[in-house]
This record gives sequence, structure tokens and C-alpha cells, in this order.
Amino acid sequence: MNDIDSSTPAFLRNKYAIAGIGETTYRRGSNETTRNLATWAMGNALDDAGLDASDVDGMLSYTGNDSTSSPMVAGDLGIRLNFYMDCLGGGSSTEALVGIAIGVIEAGMCKTVAIFRSMNGFSQVRIGGTGARAAAPITGDALHGRTYGWSSAGQWFAPTFMRHMYDYGTTPEQVASVKVAHSKHASNNPKAYYRKRVTVDDVVSSRIVCKPLHLLDCCVETDNATCIIVTTTERARDMRQRMVQIRSVVGRCSKPRIDMHYQHGPISRVAGYYAKEILWPNAGVGPDEIDITGSYDAFTFTAMLQLEEYGFCKKGEGGEYVSSGIIELGGARPNNTSGGHLCEGYTHGMSMVIENVRQLRHEADDSCPVDSEGRRTHTYDYREGGCRQVQKAELTANLGWATPATTSAMVLQKGW
Amino acid sequence: MSVMVNGDYLGMPLAIEDVDSENLAYFRSCAEGVFRLQRGRKSGLLRYPPTTACPWTRDREYDWVEVEGRGTVHSYGEVHHAIQPAFRAFTPYLVLLVDLDTQKGVPSEDEALRVIANLVTPEGTLAPPDVVASVGIGTRVRMVFTPVGDGIAIPNWTVDESAIQPARPWRYPE
Repeated sequence: MNDIDSSTPAFLRNKYAIAGIGETTYRRGSNETTRNLATWAMGNALDDAGLDASDVDGMLSYTGNDSTSSPMVAGDLGIRLNFYMDCLGGGSSTEALVGIAIGVIEAGMCKTVAIFRSMNGFSQVRIGGTGARAAAPITGDALHGRTYGWSSAGQWFAPTFMRHMYDYGTTPEQVASVKVAHSKHASNNPKAYYRKRVTVDDVVSSRIVCKPLHLLDCCVETDNATCIIVTTTERARDMRQRMVQIRSVVGRCSKPRIDMHYQHGPISRVAGYYAKEILWPNAGVGPDEIDITGSYDAFTFTAMLQLEEYGFCKKGEGGEYVSSGIIELGGARPNNTSGGHLCEGYTHGMSMVIENVRQLRHEADDSCPVDSEGRRTHTYDYREGGCRQVQKAELTANLGWATPATTSAMVLQKGW
Repeated sequence: MSVMVNGDYLGMPLAIEDVDSENLAYFRSCAEGVFRLQRGRKSGLLRYPPTTACPWTRDREYDWVEVEGRGTVHSYGEVHHAIQPAFRAFTPYLVLLVDLDTQKGVPSEDEALRVIANLVTPEGTLAPPDVVASVGIGTRVRMVFTPVGDGIAIPNWTVDESAIQPARPWRYPE
């Protein structure tokens, strides 16, 4: 991506901001409803932004039939809505809903939108489709999938991952470096569910779940809710936090034939191939200018494939890129500095946006000392248990993943 | 709406509703031992899996056409941790993505009829571990049908004994 055309119409570039972020803890066994978790996370986001219930008049959420709805959360928090919508979806949703929030505010439908995702992903509805869902009658489109024991995310994506190894010589050890990097980051994140640092050998010697995936190539399952608040930059200036602006969004950009995307190859190509043609021109910057990435790590492979496809390295060189040290704290462009879905917790993407907002505020919530004004004094010492703030954090890119065939993405910038 | 066809595969209930004419025709043909796909009238192109229109022309008119069930493994997943209880007794099992010989690279070089199914024995039962370990990208396979009920059989893949096989199909490094 050497030819970014920054003269391209900017499509509301920097006109909107993420003014608030909130999350629950990342746990297994929450013993709470998703409604309670959502209320908790949204309350934190309102506090973070310095907003009252009357300051929010729009709400968006996404669900895999495992969440609560906007009317419940709005009612609980005393928010009267001028707009809301709850939509189906998983890992490609956060950035797409940010785009929708911008659109509805731009259309004059509301002024400030709270976007949430709430899930008991460990103790209630597990993403792999286990329990009662695994035994339910197979009908309709699923006749061509579940019938063959092809029903979980890892099983669905395995042909893409395997073919990338075949096409480009990508090795299990290279890809394992993603987990190694994210585990280092998580060791400096007191909120993370898994904070233990692991080695490449730990990953490739863990049991095989579905080749090419070892257990440690797969993300964690947790119970949690997350929330972000989107409003205009103009309004955000009066709010509590340092400014983080939205330069560009892409929502659920897809490969051809998403009914059964393997019909259209190359199958080692993922949807970022198409999405990058929207993301970078609209942002007016390219991969070289990005300081931090948030490449979706449902699996080690998904983070690698998207970094490659969005142009952070040449196509086929993703294995070398993720094993080079670049993606680690202290490297040139760290990925998922919170530990991501592999280590921090599983939120269907929103926690990766929250982390990048914190990075751009220069307020990563690590173990560095807090001064009398409540600001962290970052040491930039990335040893275990230390700092995770990136020193030069001015531009971030979130690369969301639903399947090999669908992606969302967003470029954020430091605005203070 | 009601269920028109019921099947039972490895203890898993399969059901096709009466309104689901595409799947009814597809699986009924499999039950007859013939693999048929929809061919769009305008494009003359086959498509998989069953859909409601031609992805190249938007044409909703089509004919069911017999297609030879032979092809090459394009990629695969090898499941060691089964999610569905029905598959736990059969791990590791292979989910094969197979390029049919028919219409490969048509209408563009990136396209093919890529059919998902398991690796099975010639008799149609999930393949044992030694056979699983012998198959990879490049293996030549042929289709067999596993009957699971009246009016429904499941297409599956078995190693094509009559084909010239690659000396070493590509496998995930052990």
C-alpha cells in the first residue's frame, strides 16, 4: 500500500469520536445475566465520558442470540432513546456499528450512541455451538455443514488456514508467535483472564483441536460486557476524556459468494483484500503510518491473515511478519496490546477497540504508578508485570474478523 | 410448513422442510445415487451448494444436472476435538474441501465447485485413523453416498482407487 490517495473525499474523516469506553471484568462464571453485565459496562462507559443518562439518545448492540436488548439496558439505566437497533452478528460488528452510529447521527436521528456487546460466552452460550445446539435437528443451509461435523468457527476456518500453509509455506511455529506476543501483552494487563506468558513451544505442543489449530491457537471463552460511546468530535470536546477521533470505518466488507465463500478463491485470501481499498483511502493514511494494530485474534491465524491482507506485509509473508517481533510491545507495531481474545477475554471485537482508545489517550490501564491527578506515569518497561503503553501512539487500526469472507475495520487517531 | 423428509445420521436428526425445494431435490437425487447440481438456464453454469438464483446472472431458472462426483482435495481440516457428540467416536475425522473436476477454473480461474464432505470408506462410514493420515491436499477422491433415510442420502468423499494419486499429498507438518 504505497499509493495512498489522501485527496480522496474524506467521508466524515475525524468528524466523529469515541468519547467513552466501559467494560465489566473478564471472568468465567459471572453468575449474572447479560442484562446485568450490559448495564454495568454501559454505566462505566457513561462515567468514563462524564455523561448522564440524558446525554445518550442512541443505542446499538449485536448478538448471537446470547445477549440482552437495547430496550432493557436503556430502561434499566433511565435512558430515553431517539434511535436503537439490535442486530445479529459477531466478530465483524464493532467497527460496522461505529459506522452505523456515525450515519444515524449524521442523518439527524440522534446525537450520541452507546454501542454494547454482552455475553456469557463461557457460562451460557459458547461460541463453538456446544450443548443443546450441537444436538438440535440439522435443517436448511446447515445440512451442508453441521452434517459433516463442520459446525464451529475453528472447523469452518480450517480450510483457509491450511491452504495458507500450503500456498505460502507458513509454519505452525510462525503463527504461534501471535499467541506468544499477546501473552506478553496480557501479562501487563491486570484485567486479562490469562496473564501467563507462553512460548512457541507451549503453543505447538498443546493438544490439537482441529488441525491446524492447537488449543493455544484458539481464543479464550469468557463472560463479560463491553461498551463504547460514539458522538461528534464537536460534542466530545466538552466531555471528560482526551480526544480519540475516527478517521475511517469499513463494515462487514465481504468476499464474493459469502453463502459458501470457498466457491470463490483463492481461499487463502481473506476479506481484507477488498476492505483495504476502503479503509486506507478514507483514512488518508496507510499501514506504514499505523502505530498499533488490533487484528482480531479469534485464532492466531486470523490475526496473521488480516495483518497480511490489509497490507502490513506482502501477501504470503504474514508468518514472517508475526514472528519477527514487530507485533510485540517494544516492536515497531504491536498488535492487541491488551492480550486480545487469545488472552484478555472474548468480546467479539469490542475490547480491541477499547484497548486502542486507551492507547491513544496514553492511558493503558497497566500497573504503572498513577499520579495525584489520576494520570498514569508510564515507564515503557515492557517486562512482565510492567507497562503496556506504546510510547508513540497516534494512529491505530482495528481489523475485525467474522469469517475469512467478512471483515470490518477502523482507523482511530489521537486527537489531543 | 412441515417437515417433508427426515433422516438420522450418526444419531443426529436431519430434517428437510416441505418449502425447501432446493434441498429436497438435492438430497433426493443423492438418495438415488446420483449427484446433481443446479445449472442456470442463462449462464449454463453449475453451482454449489443449492441456491435460489444464479450468482453470475441472477437467473432464477435452472435445471438439475448430473455431475461426475470426482475431484481433488483443495484443503481440509482434521478434527481431533469433536463439538457434536455424534462425532466423538470418530475422531480424528477429516472435513474435506474438494474441487470438482467439472467446471474447475470456470468462469474465472479463482472459482471452482468446492464441495464439503467427510472422508469415508468406500462403504460410506467415516474413515479410520490410518486412512485419515494418508489423505491431504492433492489427493484424488470420488463421491459415495451414505443413506440416512427415505429420500435423503449424504454425499461423502472416499479415496479414488482408480485414480493416479500424488506420491505425497500435502499434509499438515507432524
